[in-house]
Amino acid sequence: MDIFLQFDLPSILLGSLAALACGLLGNFLVLRKQALMGDAISHVVLPGIVIGFLFTHETSSWAMMLGAGGAAIFAVLLIELIRRIGNVDPGAAMGVVFTTMFAAGVVILEQTGTAGVHLDVEHALYGNLESAIWLDAYSLSDLWNWQVLMTMPESIKQLFVVNMLVIMFIVLFFKELKISSFDPLLSASLGFSPKWLGLSLIVMVAIAAVAAFTAVGSILVIAMFICPAATARMLTDNLKVQLFISGIASLSAGLFGYLLAAFGPGLLGYEFSVSAAGMIAVVAGLQQVLAMLFAPQYGVVMRRRRQRAHASV
Amino acid sequence: MHDRSSSGLHLLHDTNTSKAVSSQDLPFTVQGMTVAYHHKPVLWGVSYSAPKGCLTAIIGPNGAGKSTFLKAALGLIPKLSGDTKVFGAPIEKSLKRIAYVPQRSAVDWDFPATAIDVVLMGLYGQIGWFRWPSRKHRQKAMDCLKSVGMQDFANRQIGQLSGGQQQRVFLARALAQNSEVYLMDEPFAGVDAATEKAIVAVLRQLVADGKTVLVVHHDLETVRDYYSHILLLNGQHVADGPVETTFTAENLQKAYGGRLASTQLDGLSEASNA
Repeated sequence: MDIFLQFDLPSILLGSLAALACGLLGNFLVLRKQALMGDAISHVVLPGIVIGFLFTHETSSWAMMLGAGGAAIFAVLLIELIRRIGNVDPGAAMGVVFTTMFAAGVVILEQTGTAGVHLDVEHALYGNLESAIWLDAYSLSDLWNWQVLMTMPESIKQLFVVNMLVIMFIVLFFKELKISSFDPLLSASLGFSPKWLGLSLIVMVAIAAVAAFTAVGSILVIAMFICPAATARMLTDNLKVQLFISGIASLSAGLFGYLLAAFGPGLLGYEFSVSAAGMIAVVAGLQQVLAMLFAPQYGVVMRRRRQRAHASV
Repeated sequence: MHDRSSSGLHLLHDTNTSKAVSSQDLPFTVQGMTVAYHHKPVLWGVSYSAPKGCLTAIIGPNGAGKSTFLKAALGLIPKLSGDTKVFGAPIEKSLKRIAYVPQRSAVDWDFPATAIDVVLMGLYGQIGWFRWPSRKHRQKAMDCLKSVGMQDFANRQIGQLSGGQQQRVFLARALAQNSEVYLMDEPFAGVDAATEKAIVAVLRQLVADGKTVLVVHHDLETVRDYYSHILLLNGQHVADGPVETTFTAENLQKAYGGRLASTQLDGLSEASNA
């Protein structure tokens, strides 16, 4: 039991909470047809993260979060600027900005000697879920012991706070996010500025991306933003229900992804385990495929069946 | 300030010179609106003031800038010059007094929302920041759906409605906004006969309630039946006024040029003689 509590549980929590924060916000990115914005943001925050790290020399610090938020706002403004001045379409502007900023992040990471000490390129890209350990836990009762709980890894506590923030953001601004995603013009005319709502969504996305960064890295994070939301969209036509389902999909991707990575190869008789972050993304992708195939209304199978029934009539 | 604006309106309303018109009484006034897309001008210096409490059709050939006129007047797209006043106040401060019904293609109908969700959005302005719609609001939204004959579809996802039904949901949403000025961009485009009837009934009700309604309209044959006033555009302001005096073969010829077959013109002007 203590092995599970000390090694597996922290990783599961880290993976699930990272997936949850991104998965919930992903709903609005997908609805706004900005799914790739999640990708872009997860890349542009890298220089912010590295600079934040240089200030404090701590991973999963709030300075990193601040740096990332700043980098995201900077990127959004830069994309807008390039779009206006260069007269290019938003996709192209986004491409220019996010690759450049990501590259800058990698260069700073390599050049400052930060790499290899606490924050190395590989972990920045693919995450380091397995590094989360909770050595103070010995029995299940520790889960109710506040003092022991507080000895959880910093990154988990941070993700917990970030999830609270994300949920608060969505509950407070649900109506505003909904209307500005569906009909920006009406939203603007009723006094709910789609620009400001869009920007605050991006900042939240940046915060979630950074919090998830230690868990799943900056590349796989895009799967967390898109898959749970897209899965949930296949299963319902109600936005509130969609948010709820995407939350469940995120948490379960985190849980089963880790379990599969840690124990899957063992079950097949192999001695190693595979990357948990990678497996979480795979599970998230599988959920999406299953939903696409078997969703009651929009699934391929049911649609075929309906068509056939229609044809035979 | 006041003097200048009223003298400007004087020019617009030379038929009204006998009546002193205060700008506070003018629901929707546009001055010198010029818009260009990529250096290609679409509207040149259009000035217009909508008659209060009237149902007005905005007509003109394709590419005449009818939709552009509404969007630019609302500040939804960039313009080179021109400004809009709503009851004498600048448009930016008066958006809540206006309900705009965009073309159906303006939104994503796959969005996870039901018909009543969309109508509720019309009430968001009254609900205000952070607050969630209450039962009272749902009731109001339901009433609006009823008035366009869509109450049975309240919980249908909007993508599963027909084009005409979607248009009616849009209209119900505008009703929910309970504004003083209604601007509608081609509500009749591609709708079924039942919807057309429902929309006309709602437009008449709005006008009966004292609202000012401007509708971008395509079908010249129905202008006479549906509207009391028209605004004719073809990139520039061609004419505006009551249908009887303005919807003439001469004006239409000016707006449409050769694009309107002479037989069509004859038909329309015959109707005017009848």
